[in-house]
Amino acid sequence: MATTGKVVGIISNLVVVKVSGPVSQNEICYINHDAVKLMAEVIRIGSENAYIQVFESTRGLKTGTPVEFTGHMLEATLGPGILSKNFDGLQHDLDKMEGVFLQKGDYTHPLEVDKDWSFKPLAKVGDEVEAGSWLGEVTENWIAHKIMVPFKFKGDFKVKKIVVAGDYKIEDTIAILEDEDGNEHEVSMIQKWPVKVPIKTYKNKPRPAKFLETGIRVIDSFTPIVEGGTGFIPGPFGTGKTVLQHALSKQADADMIVVAACGERANEVVEIFAEFPELDDPRTGRKLMERTTIIANTSNMPVAAREASVYTAMTIAEYYRSMGLKILLLADSTSRWAQALREMSNRMEELPGPDAFPMDLPAIISNFYSRAGFVNLNNGETGSVTFIGTVSPAGGNLKEPVTEATKKAARCFYALSQNRADSKRYPAIDAVESYSKYLEYPEYVDYVSKAISPKWVDNILEARNILVRGRETYEQINILGDDGVPIHYHETFWKSEVIDFVILQQDAFDKIDASTPIERQQYMLEKVLNINNTKFAFEHFEEVNPYFKKIINVLKQMNYSEFESEQFKKFEKELGEIINEKAVVETKQI
Amino acid sequence: METTAFQKIHTKVDQITKATCSLHATGVGNEEMALVNDRLAQVVKIEGDLVTLQIFSGTEGIPTNAEVVFLGHAPQLAVGDELAGRFFNAYGQPIDGGPEIDGKLIEIGGPSVNPVRRKQPSELIATGIAGIDLNNTLVTGQKIPFFADPDQPYNQVMAMVALRAKADKIILGGMGITNDDYLFFKNLFENAGAIDRIISFVNTTENPPVERLLVPDMALSAAEYFAVEKNQNVLVLLTDMTLYADALSIVSNRMDQIPSKDSMPGSLYSDLAKLYEKAVQFPDGGSITIIAVTTLSGGDITHAIPDNTGYITEGQLFLRKETDIGKVIIDPFRSLSRLKQLVIGKKTREDHPQVMNAAIRLYADAANAKTKIENGFDLTDYDKRTMSFAKDYANELLAIDINIEIDTMIDTAWKLFDKYFSHAETGIKAELVEKYGKQIK
Repeated sequence: MATTGKVVGIISNLVVVKVSGPVSQNEICYINHDAVKLMAEVIRIGSENAYIQVFESTRGLKTGTPVEFTGHMLEATLGPGILSKNFDGLQHDLDKMEGVFLQKGDYTHPLEVDKDWSFKPLAKVGDEVEAGSWLGEVTENWIAHKIMVPFKFKGDFKVKKIVVAGDYKIEDTIAILEDEDGNEHEVSMIQKWPVKVPIKTYKNKPRPAKFLETGIRVIDSFTPIVEGGTGFIPGPFGTGKTVLQHALSKQADADMIVVAACGERANEVVEIFAEFPELDDPRTGRKLMERTTIIANTSNMPVAAREASVYTAMTIAEYYRSMGLKILLLADSTSRWAQALREMSNRMEELPGPDAFPMDLPAIISNFYSRAGFVNLNNGETGSVTFIGTVSPAGGNLKEPVTEATKKAARCFYALSQNRADSKRYPAIDAVESYSKYLEYPEYVDYVSKAISPKWVDNILEARNILVRGRETYEQINILGDDGVPIHYHETFWKSEVIDFVILQQDAFDKIDASTPIERQQYMLEKVLNINNTKFAFEHFEEVNPYFKKIINVLKQMNYSEFESEQFKKFEKELGEIINEKAVVETKQI
Repeated sequence: METTAFQKIHTKVDQITKATCSLHATGVGNEEMALVNDRLAQVVKIEGDLVTLQIFSGTEGIPTNAEVVFLGHAPQLAVGDELAGRFFNAYGQPIDGGPEIDGKLIEIGGPSVNPVRRKQPSELIATGIAGIDLNNTLVTGQKIPFFADPDQPYNQVMAMVALRAKADKIILGGMGITNDDYLFFKNLFENAGAIDRIISFVNTTENPPVERLLVPDMALSAAEYFAVEKNQNVLVLLTDMTLYADALSIVSNRMDQIPSKDSMPGSLYSDLAKLYEKAVQFPDGGSITIIAVTTLSGGDITHAIPDNTGYITEGQLFLRKETDIGKVIIDPFRSLSRLKQLVIGKKTREDHPQVMNAAIRLYADAANAKTKIENGFDLTDYDKRTMSFAKDYANELLAIDINIEIDTMIDTAWKLFDKYFSHAETGIKAELVEKYGKQIK
């Protein structure tokens, strides 16, 4: 019999329950409040009381209210129909809820129980299978959604029976599996999995090496991310974290995008709701929403569900990874999740760590990041979950606990700079401060020298150097004055400005400039590196600024033009003429 | 306050602190209202049958045999058309000498809007102030604060924006404002002939600070009533949110909670977000727009209150005294309206975004030139031109005393570009220069 209990204490959304039987840590329970069931999770257990965090407002709740325990942890429901959905943090379908306002206890089914899916078997009777093996597939939007042996199944199984191709509902039995002891197990198209436990039905997890194209020049060309990589974007408010995440979700080369809007503004999710069904995915020509799933727990939604929302999102991403797909998971923002942990820790009167965050925060964060990765599946296919989280450092100070803990866990660091944002140099990623550890992976260098160009990594490092040198020279000029430094100081500085204006800065709101394919990035990077390697003859430092502004202006017009179009070539020719005005030809060829 | 028959009266209070009292009672709901010797209080904690009440006006003089009556409901507000033109205190009781509102009672601080039911904000709010309309365009359903030092005229600017912004209702939530400021708003609204569309909930410095905590919920619940039931466009003004947050920290301190950054409660972000997120564009046409004030201490935006606010709101407006022209301007560097992208170049002329950015970039160059002077360096010709441009730009566009149409603002910017710069120096797309830039001269 299921354990029951009675409410004996209420402090905001922390409720104390006197229980009648066994309960487990992180078990889900429901409070029967005024004919409405409020979902809650056990977060601490005392001698006869369980402390539960309620995923709803507890207004009006009284002591003595009965509580039912479910015997399982918070689980995600996995099956066809997840794609294109808008869920809340607990995977309830937001679109199925009635009315304009969220009502307490309005828990909707994440999938469609009545919908027919055209199932095609992949396994045959007699096949040896294990958790995660592909039994069949249905077409979901355009993805071949694999129906797998439930991840909870332990050991080896034999396919005893599998249905023929045809239309089935998600709860229909599509296969019967026999375990080693001869017991039969029915399998349907859906399965449940506890969100806080990683799905590990893969063979191994090698170091990631495949370049993941995002169309954002400062990322692809300077601080690249890989399939199965991890990155994070810390930045003070107003530096463009969300615009950057939206750009990633629109342009990144992935089969599926999972967006966890965790404790951020509701209007930002609305922007996705409004735009994604309209926008085309440049790679497939389909609507962006067809490859996107949104987990929305915005800042005004119950705080306790915020923590759950990132785990729900990760579980969904891992589920699709097991089908051999390339998933990009974006979470905005992990700081809000950490704050939710802090609120609960505070209510439970735990001894606080730095800035009143719980002591185990760094462990929680690195555990979560470690769930991303590139995997080899047991059947020889590969899949990946790439995770990029934003961090909202308090006061813009990168020394705060969430940023520090994340820095240890993530391999790419995209530092957004207040100065760049103030001078409207967007995206405000500071290319010098930011880094990508993947540039140091020999596997990565190998991969891009074949996939992009043998010179690619060298070019990146050279461009980076120019930026560093430009920054140093700028400081010199500021200290010594415009006429206190040799003219070539100005030249060095302005050459770095060319890279800044033409490569680093990108107009996220311009149709063409918003996304730059890698061939074009490579072309333009070579172009600016050539300019950098050209010597110019200047008489006076006052000529330097207007001259390079002209160069930048023409290069920017190129960025705004269709690649290799008439217009593009016209500007390119104009650029050649401007360069010839001042370029010093050192060695005459021929 | 009314008590009805059959309500149980408790007369034994166990513990009394500065802000709370505790007593033994059963059948009490969380967040329920109560009267303690006729002072309003709210349940904040229940442990077994020990109920802790927060008394809004403080516990001075509360005896251990005080009469405690539980009212059986969360804080409420009577709503109806009669709210228009009236002034109320933090509890929703009239303070203008008029009659009580005889309307529907609604619980304040109600549920959130389902994000999939929200509409994307798309209606521009024109204020005539170029620092706002040109550089930081406001949109209905947006939430945005003024970040200002206490000596700046934020209340005046906010009131001006409110009156020019053709809203159906303007709801003022005043928290800890001085009596002088309260009278300023009252007179201004009355003289503008707009009193019939204004509703005010006011807690002045004369009232107990903890009462302030009710003000924003009162104002926003009234706003929801008009936006949802009457499909009206409602503008909510909240001043000063810093004093609201201070009241939060007082309460959390008295409840023995561990403070986080700057002595603020760890839940500050959620507490503020719950209010600001009430800003919404409803599917049936109604909307709630929030303009707030967060006063800074010495311009420090890293303090927990402005910092958390910045992460919640859709931008912020900074006021700054521009010494070159001796006027208060909307600072173009630090101000930002996140929702402007939804309207600029779409509801306004297509050259608006690029003109805006170019002007700000040139203004930034002027700031660099100023630094050069301070460091004792010579200026280049370009530096000198940017500085002249900056002065005109501040005077003709950034100053808060501007009141012109948006097209005129864009034309003014083109005029200034032509006066001081070549087209390459502005960096604007060639086709836009062709279309709009050449007609100016």
